[in-house]
Amino acid sequence: MKKSVFFGALAATTLVSGVALAGTLDDVKARGELLCGSNTGLTGFGNPDASGNWTGFDVDLCRAVAAAVLGDPNKVKFIPTTGETRFTALQSGEVDLLARNSTWTASRDSELALDFVAVNYYDGQGFMVKKDLGVSSAKELDGATVCIQTGTTTELNLADFFKQNNITYQPVTVADDSEAQRQYLAGACDTYTTDASGLAASRATMPDADNHIILPEIISKEPLGPVVRHGDNNWGDIVRWTYYALLIAEEKGITKANVEEVLASTTDEEVKRLLGASGDMGAKFGLDNAAFKNAIAAVGNYGEIFSRNIGEGTTINLARGLNALWTQGGLQYAPPFR
Amino acid sequence: MAMATDVPKEGFRLSMLIYDTRYRSYTIQLVVLVLFAMAVAWLLNNTVHNLALRGKEFNYGFLWQRAGYDIGQHLIPYTNDDNHFRALLVGLLNTAVVAFFGCIFATILGVVVGVLRLSRNWLVSRLMTVYVETFRNVPLLLWILLSYVILSEVTPLPKDFKVTDEMIAAGEAPKASMMLFDSIAVTNRGTNIPAPLFERGLGTLDLGFMSLNLTFWAIAALIAASIWVNHRIVASARATQESTGVRPVTWWKSLLVLFAPVIALLVALGFHLEIPALKGFNFQGGILVAHSFTALLIALTLYTAAFIAEIVRAGIMAISRGQSEAAFALGLRPNRTMSLIILPQALRVIIPPLISQYLNLTKNTSLGIAVSYLDLRGTLGGITLNQTGRELECMLLMMLIYLTISLTISTLMNMYNRSVQLKVR
Repeated sequence: MKKSVFFGALAATTLVSGVALAGTLDDVKARGELLCGSNTGLTGFGNPDASGNWTGFDVDLCRAVAAAVLGDPNKVKFIPTTGETRFTALQSGEVDLLARNSTWTASRDSELALDFVAVNYYDGQGFMVKKDLGVSSAKELDGATVCIQTGTTTELNLADFFKQNNITYQPVTVADDSEAQRQYLAGACDTYTTDASGLAASRATMPDADNHIILPEIISKEPLGPVVRHGDNNWGDIVRWTYYALLIAEEKGITKANVEEVLASTTDEEVKRLLGASGDMGAKFGLDNAAFKNAIAAVGNYGEIFSRNIGEGTTINLARGLNALWTQGGLQYAPPFR
Repeated sequence: MAMATDVPKEGFRLSMLIYDTRYRSYTIQLVVLVLFAMAVAWLLNNTVHNLALRGKEFNYGFLWQRAGYDIGQHLIPYTNDDNHFRALLVGLLNTAVVAFFGCIFATILGVVVGVLRLSRNWLVSRLMTVYVETFRNVPLLLWILLSYVILSEVTPLPKDFKVTDEMIAAGEAPKASMMLFDSIAVTNRGTNIPAPLFERGLGTLDLGFMSLNLTFWAIAALIAASIWVNHRIVASARATQESTGVRPVTWWKSLLVLFAPVIALLVALGFHLEIPALKGFNFQGGILVAHSFTALLIALTLYTAAFIAEIVRAGIMAISRGQSEAAFALGLRPNRTMSLIILPQALRVIIPPLISQYLNLTKNTSLGIAVSYLDLRGTLGGITLNQTGRELECMLLMMLIYLTISLTISTLMNMYNRSVQLKVR
């Protein structure tokens, strides 16, 4: 008898944990805090400053989600993850959302049971070398020693690229960006390869940034985006549409500064729905009707986030390129908000 | 037991399971066993349930998929087209090679330090104490990182070896040059040593699941046979010495048996050395011993040797002073006393704790991850795990492999221990 009671209790606990896993939104609301998996430190994308405040392109997306769900962009706890630990952290429920320049691939969707809800940065893998190495193309890197972050898609792209071009290399695997920089600067490797945006971010923090160049070859497609666990569709929708809200805001000219003003004066029905002035779109996601307005008010639109963290004029100095809005010839495109 | 007859015969009651000392221990053991089984069942159930929840199944099929990543140091042929199992083997061999050399070097250094620590020379014994205490009391990881940083910071860049036409014209020497008749180059990436090559190699034997390098195995077999024959020569010399008191001269026989066949085979196979040469970014040709390997080996050796030194010292001190006094009285010099009287007896005390030091060293090789040494932890438990997302499978397999390695070392060392133990006949 006792045994059956035990197994009954066991089944009940596993059932409860199963439900808890399926309802990330309720978890976050009950906790009053969003757990966001971030980079261990990549300037411009996700990096804690000297006083422990996180800033960056990916960090702002987490803040937008926190503002939409909890009404406060500061109710986020950032949990640093490496290339190796990030997906395990997400799957095990240690984080609710992973916004950590992670590449969307088929096997991560299927085999790892993750959901990439959007692409917030279209990137590609590049190589950085010291100027005095005298290399102008990645195809001249025959026999070079290459620093490569482990647990990444770039690791596999690198092997493919050298094989396709029939040249050889010596890999030095490193755990994260800071170790890669250290090894690269110490001359333990001739070139450092990762996403081109990551290279630009690394270069920006180097004391002699002008002595390093990023080679012209982009050897892969790296669509980077926020990731949630597979199977919790409502939570995935919330993250996806928070991101799209930021895109629509840029398209419609809504900024952090003028959001209240637009709300009061707009005649655009889509903007009204987005900002929660009409309809019940927020409620349909299980959120406050002003959720997306809160997100925009907290971090600004996509263009503002981009130019504040990584855009031209910042130390990282990335052009919008593929990440311009579709109306300006880029790939960033949000479905209609209705 | 005679008392048992005095106990009044009573029927068995349930309460006796708790109050009767005859049954109580069984009850407690049974309860603990059931609790333990339930804990295991709960863990298993939880795992199966959560795997099912994520739509993952427990499956080792991924081992036969293409690995797709490259490994810097591979002792057997490996490309990124090989499967994850091959990558596992490469990692396993990388673990084994560090553990193997680590155990040998740590033992040699540990014995020397342990003996010197007991030296009557004040300076020597104090220096050894400082060494032992420094290494024992600082975490191994820090030693690994320190040796890696030292190796990669103080050694020259590959381009420092470059000699340009202008430099020759100006009569300048390059910033760095190769060592040992220009055959070894130490750069900030690793040590380039000459590689043995064979003009008329025996090729490889393909067994389907793996291929054997026949040249390597032929040489290894020949060396093993030579050592065995030499062993027989020495044994027969000892037998002659014990029966007649005269030891026949065997050194030239030993030399002939140990070296002549191997040299003959090497000549027959067309043995020559490939000297590394600077070409492009790095030295090409020869063998690259990466600094991650060297640093790991140095740190493991120095760290474990400190513990072994203490074990050796304890073993020597366990031998009664009377033994060495008796040896001195017979006129044996201190060196001979140590090697003939003290150490053979001390071995009995030394070997059992030495086994656990070997196990520690082997398991500690997994810290190589800190300097990007791709051992078993780096391949199976690192890149393979990450690229396939099979955490549970990889971790369980890795634990099983480490367990197997440890048990094998343990068994071999226990066999050796039995052979040196005091024989009671």
